[in-house]
Amino acid sequence: MFKPVHAVSLAAVLVAGAVSPALAQGEVNVYSYRETKLIQPLFDAFTSETGIKVNVISASSGLEQRIKSEGENSPADLLLTVDIGRIEEAVKAGISQPIVSAALDKVVPAQFRDPEGHWYAISMRARVVYASKERVQQTSLTYEELADPKWKGKICIRSGQHMYNNALIAAYIAHHGEAKAEEWLKGVKANLAQKPSGGDRETARDVAAGKCDLGIGNTYYYGLMQVNPQQKPWADATKVILPTFQGGGTHVNVSGVVLAKHAPHKAQALKLIEWLAGEKAQHMYADVNYEYPLRPGIAINPAIAAFGTLKADPMPLSKIANEKKAAAALVDKVGFDN
Amino acid sequence: MRFDTGGPALRGAAGRLSADRIASLTIALAAAALIALPLASLMRLAMAGDSELWPHLIAYVLPHAIVQTALLLIGVAAVAALAGIVPAFLVAGFEFPGRKVLEWLLPLPLAIPTYIAAYVYADILDAAGPVQSALRDVFGFRTGAEYWFPPVRSLGGAILIIGLVVYPYVYLTARALFKTQSASFAESAYTMGATLWQSFRYISLPLARPAIAVGLALALLEALNDIGAAEYLGVQTLTLSIFTTWLNRGSLGGAAQIALALLAVVTLLIALERTARRRQSVEGDVQDGTVTRRLPLTGRAAALATLACAVPVAFGFVIPGGYLLREAIRRGLISGIEPSLLTALATTVALAAAATVVVLAVGIAATIPLRLAPVKAARPLLAIASMGYAVPGTVLALGLLSPLVAGDELLNWLSGKLAGVQLGLVLAGSSAALIVAYTARFSSISIGVVQAGLAQMPREFDESARLEGAGIWPLLRHIHLPLLTPTLTGAALLVFVDCLKELPMTLLMRPLNVETLATSIYQFATRGSFEDGALAALLIVLAGIPPVILLMRMPDARETRR
Repeated sequence: MFKPVHAVSLAAVLVAGAVSPALAQGEVNVYSYRETKLIQPLFDAFTSETGIKVNVISASSGLEQRIKSEGENSPADLLLTVDIGRIEEAVKAGISQPIVSAALDKVVPAQFRDPEGHWYAISMRARVVYASKERVQQTSLTYEELADPKWKGKICIRSGQHMYNNALIAAYIAHHGEAKAEEWLKGVKANLAQKPSGGDRETARDVAAGKCDLGIGNTYYYGLMQVNPQQKPWADATKVILPTFQGGGTHVNVSGVVLAKHAPHKAQALKLIEWLAGEKAQHMYADVNYEYPLRPGIAINPAIAAFGTLKADPMPLSKIANEKKAAAALVDKVGFDN
Repeated sequence: MRFDTGGPALRGAAGRLSADRIASLTIALAAAALIALPLASLMRLAMAGDSELWPHLIAYVLPHAIVQTALLLIGVAAVAALAGIVPAFLVAGFEFPGRKVLEWLLPLPLAIPTYIAAYVYADILDAAGPVQSALRDVFGFRTGAEYWFPPVRSLGGAILIIGLVVYPYVYLTARALFKTQSASFAESAYTMGATLWQSFRYISLPLARPAIAVGLALALLEALNDIGAAEYLGVQTLTLSIFTTWLNRGSLGGAAQIALALLAVVTLLIALERTARRRQSVEGDVQDGTVTRRLPLTGRAAALATLACAVPVAFGFVIPGGYLLREAIRRGLISGIEPSLLTALATTVALAAAATVVVLAVGIAATIPLRLAPVKAARPLLAIASMGYAVPGTVLALGLLSPLVAGDELLNWLSGKLAGVQLGLVLAGSSAALIVAYTARFSSISIGVVQAGLAQMPREFDESARLEGAGIWPLLRHIHLPLLTPTLTGAALLVFVDCLKELPMTLLMRPLNVETLATSIYQFATRGSFEDGALAALLIVLAGIPPVILLMRMPDARETRR
């Protein structure tokens, strides 16, 4: 059925896979949790500027384990990830080495990097509320208010175990402690219009269709919706409210980068990290993916700036990461997803 | 999945053939080792993890997950059995309008990944979708909260959606058996006055039970291991709890423990079914040379038969496939096809084809020698070799990482000693890792299907050939393989299409810069716009169609040759 032709193409695949990673000069190998569609334009720009080729594997989970298993022979130079909890876990897994770069320290604010240099954040997003323009008059909200019975049957959200919500709940614990967070989560659960499911885009879609009045989602999805002709009507029917914690700010999370312990192309890898924190890349983060750039002085995309001035929660990211497990346990305990 | 060793008559002959017995034991051992390695590293992970999470899991997570999983499996079993067995029986034994087209359309939902089907049906049936929008327009509702509509993102939705894309496992295995088993039984019963239902219920169904059991087991394991559709549709399955335990509760060890416990339950259930089946074992006289004719149906019976076959095709294939086609055209994806997508297509097909060949070889090597020279000790080995399918893909991939790297370290040590060269990660860092992963995962398909086929084959064939002095190889070549061709082709199709759409293992284990069609779709889906990946999804379907057609034509060609 498939003999000779496929033997040849298989051989080609095998050879291509086996030879390219570690041998050639002038390349850098990236293991990525970030979407290829977003990150590829950045890599292409980096390659055309520096001549350094970027090889990529993108996945949704398990890359830390892969790097760990591969050990000293691992071709991985960099791990690109989202979510502070995940970043800290990668560091805890012992797969990182400190990034030493004075240039980076100059442009990445101190709260967005590990004091010992094991990770640097590259971009930022906020977890906010998509509210129906028609049915929600309020223009400001607190996260605490989401548990107010006035919203009964009016809130949509994806699974409480998704990392975006996990970090939000962890932030709540960091602010108010576990007991209060449990009460709050029960209250939010009681206000849900439907079982948690789908993704942020379904949440926005359900708000637009009137299934619920408030949806919890990330800022960049809203930007992406506005440039997608099919999703534009959802964005048009909703407005973004930047909620804040009482006595705090809007919950933000970051995407970041970790330098692999056995990185075979360390010099190129450092160059790529510095480039990602550079002006051009930071503009691309803002305008292609609608994230908040971390480098001071880079303009936020107008679609995102229209939400109002972001007052990022001053709670240190590592404190939020510390509550990750507690947040997951609370979601179980109140049966949030059930 | 049937692990049958020899019948009494053969056992006497086999006792003399100790070389054969050693050979078959060795082969079974090798096949089992392939799957046992990742399981062993899972066990290592499980033992390294502590048990402190269990009180929490037992109090808050597992009861709900067990109930949800059980309901999902029962529901999917019902949908897949109904949508698989009835059409298989009809197209194999009867003539009715549209039979020929429907016969080869029926397996096509196999090429639709479950998570894609879930996305499509949510797009169509969610509050913002065309169906509810039309309802709102007609009845004058303003918002989606003013009326009740069955939620598609729910357990019920998951049962229907998953059931409608996994039923082909049942259809294909059952159809192959309905075709090869002597339909003459059913036919004579029917002409002797039994109703269609009676001949189906009392003759065809019991004869096809081993095959149906294999098909259902595959369908249910697919449903059990699904992660994308369950998470999206909000169903808290055990598999999902394995992932949340790993990623959120921060315990890879605990996740491995749940995975192994789940595996134990699945193995137990399969063993129970097998025992029950053996107690009422029916051995058919397969393809004894009589030409099977299909009974023509007329009038209402014919219309009902057409309908029964058309409904699964419509919901499992035409609607999701048509939706993807519309999205692909709407986005101009077909006119402006990206070269990277063609590369992904070539990679996908090459990987799937290579893996299929290996998986079939493992299936044959692990089962047929054991029929010829039965060894009791080989039974548990085969049981192990069939477990890969019962482990969620990502978990199996995690288990494979260490053995592959260990293999690489051995190779590097050898090459260093012999030639002074370091090869790097030639296994773990290349596409070889994917072939190994697909083989570990999908060998249970070929093993199970071949065993079901062998179980149907009368032992007199083997015995008379052996008495006439035929060795193992001639027996294999001239009797078993030819008789197994339809079953093997069916297994090849299942494996090939499963490899085409495999996502979790491919994501984690593929080499740098290698994308398959499934990983391409994933890239779009993570950006909240899976429709942009519609063309990649369509290409999976298209790549799956030629082998389906090939499969559907094969037994017919044999019939006409007779």
